[in-house]
Amino acid sequence: MVAVTARTIVKRFGATEVLRGVDVHVPDGGFAVLVGPSGCGKSTLLRLLAGLEEVTSGEIRFGERDVTRLAPRDRDIAMVFQSYALYPHLTVRDNLAFGLNLRKTDAATIAGRVAEVSAMLGLDHLLDRLPRALSGGQRQRVAMGRAIVRRPQLFLFDEPLSNLDAALRAQVRVEIRKLHDQLGATSVYVTHDQVEAMTLADQIFVLNRGVVEQVGPPREVYEHPRTRFVAGFLGSPAMNFLDGVRVEAGGLALPGGQTLAVRDPAPFGPAFQPGRPVSLGVRPHDFVVRADAPDLVVDVELVELLGPELQIHARLGGAPLTVCLDSQSGVARGDRLPLAVRALHLFDPATGLSLRA
Amino acid sequence: MSPSGQGRKVSLAESIGAHLLLVVAVAFALYPLLWVVSLAFSGAVEPTPRVLPVPLEPTLEHLRGVAFSTLEVPGEPDRWLFGLQLANSIVISLATALVGVVIAVPTAYALARFDFVGKEGGVRALLATQMFPAVASAIPLYIILDGLGLLGTRSGLVLCYATTAVPFAIFQLRGAFETIPRDLEEAAMVDGATRFEAFRKVVLPAARPAIAVTALFAFMSAYNEFVLAHTMLGREEMYTVPVVLQRYISEFSADWPKFAAGSLIVSIPVMILFYIAQRHLIAGLTAGGVKG
Ligand SMILES: Nc1ncnc2c1ncn2[C@@H]1O[C@H](COP(=O)(O)OP(=O)(O)OP(=O)(O)O)[C@@H](O)[C@H]1O
Ligand SMILES: [Mg+2]
Repeated sequence: MVAVTARTIVKRFGATEVLRGVDVHVPDGGFAVLVGPSGCGKSTLLRLLAGLEEVTSGEIRFGERDVTRLAPRDRDIAMVFQSYALYPHLTVRDNLAFGLNLRKTDAATIAGRVAEVSAMLGLDHLLDRLPRALSGGQRQRVAMGRAIVRRPQLFLFDEPLSNLDAALRAQVRVEIRKLHDQLGATSVYVTHDQVEAMTLADQIFVLNRGVVEQVGPPREVYEHPRTRFVAGFLGSPAMNFLDGVRVEAGGLALPGGQTLAVRDPAPFGPAFQPGRPVSLGVRPHDFVVRADAPDLVVDVELVELLGPELQIHARLGGAPLTVCLDSQSGVARGDRLPLAVRALHLFDPATGLSLRA
Repeated sequence: MSPSGQGRKVSLAESIGAHLLLVVAVAFALYPLLWVVSLAFSGAVEPTPRVLPVPLEPTLEHLRGVAFSTLEVPGEPDRWLFGLQLANSIVISLATALVGVVIAVPTAYALARFDFVGKEGGVRALLATQMFPAVASAIPLYIILDGLGLLGTRSGLVLCYATTAVPFAIFQLRGAFETIPRDLEEAAMVDGATRFEAFRKVVLPAARPAIAVTALFAFMSAYNEFVLAHTMLGREEMYTVPVVLQRYISEFSADWPKFAAGSLIVSIPVMILFYIAQRHLIAGLTAGGVKG
């Protein structure tokens, strides 16, 4: 196992700069997840780590070893592709053994490893089938097995679950994390699914337009997003943003005339000055019903029941707002709903940076 | 016409209608062929127009006449002429297929996977050469072969055929390689393969059906080609079978039964070849390797 360090990585395709100075460090045995919107450069970064693309500038190290210019096969890595990329003309057994065969591993070792991995992943009864005779979930497993069987120093995953249905995705996600805990191999995992990001990662790297906007453990990134982009990207439903908010003594003047009291402005430091315009962010789950002395009152436009909770689409002085409440809270369309805010985020409207120091 | 697929039963009338249509189509396609068979086995000298293609006075005389033609050179033992000619055809066609595939596979792969200076221009030039029928280049080819001293030789003819077989194979295989996902090669390279190993162990096997079709096509077009063969080959024992067959219906005497018998015999190698190629042609060999 090995630590992965990428320093000031720049990658250009012709004139387009896809990665603009990215730094990544994954400690030995760590599980890093790269998230970000489509086209932000996640796959490109992963492919650079794999050696499938060459950096324009920057340096990649696995442990002490500089691998920046090494071919994929000299990096001792395994990769699980979104498409699975199983060799169509080889049986499951030969797909699993492919890498070991190339490395001239002796037959007994290969047979042993293939048996071990297929038992681990429940592939025993599929070993003699061709990929085209497998279901999507089974193919995914073979792709995982093909990575594991080589015992590489580093696992790379590029959206490995995105072709599975929701139920299977949740199941395999759990298995991937268990496998990681069992094998202890350093992993870098690309996804745009934030549930995968939150649940799998030791460290989340949020990418946006070729730069890392924030790095940290999932909880920290979720609770203390450093930018408005990160705040909006993580969390489902997405965080509510209210623009045109102004700081005033002891609170925030909201569009529509209400004032939201801020009981503890200390974390925002000197930025919290009366008269300053800010963007206010509140997560839908950070609202609670408070009939006496509410922080704010919203007009309910639509109520959706999502099993355990209600997703309420409301308006506050013309601005749309999503609120998630317990399904028992008995809110109905047309209500004027009094709410308290448990946690709020403030961003500079110009730079999008969090005001939290 | 899949009742289960459509979720409804096909009525008897529909079924009869469909079969009737198929019978007519098959008859339409086979009728001329049956005439050839009938002609080849008929003893009657003149083919008389009849409705049913049944041999009159059945005989094997024509088949024998074609198959056991001999080459008589004074002072030498007689040689089995037709055997030589058939072997010529097969050797020339196999060589054409081989040359076509061997040159086209790496070229097509490079065109499908790499960007290099002059790629688009080169492809366009290659395409331009394909606009002219091969016959149009018969005279220049004749002059070139003459200059190379290859006139009347098998290798000379293979060279002529390669001028069309290679570009065609390149286009065919380029399309095939483009349908093979890059992920497959990249997976192989991550698994420890060099680029060449990835090509040899993953791309080539995945492209096998396309390569088989391309080779078969090159073989067939060489095997059937007449004009160039007629132009470039001088001596009788160097002839390919289309030239041999044509001579049975020359302007002086048209021996239709022998022509028919000859057509049947020369079809046999082609049928054998298709039979062998079948297992390489199983469609969808790449299906399931990558999702989608
Ligand atoms: N070979 C290439 N040539 C030119 N541009 C490329 C190439 N590969 C990627 N790009 C561009 O780089 C950008 C980032 O691509 P990348 O595949 O890394 O995005 P991603 O974050 O993985 O997106 P997604 O979530 O859609 O997979 C895109 O704008 C893409 O068009
Ligand atoms: Mg991607």
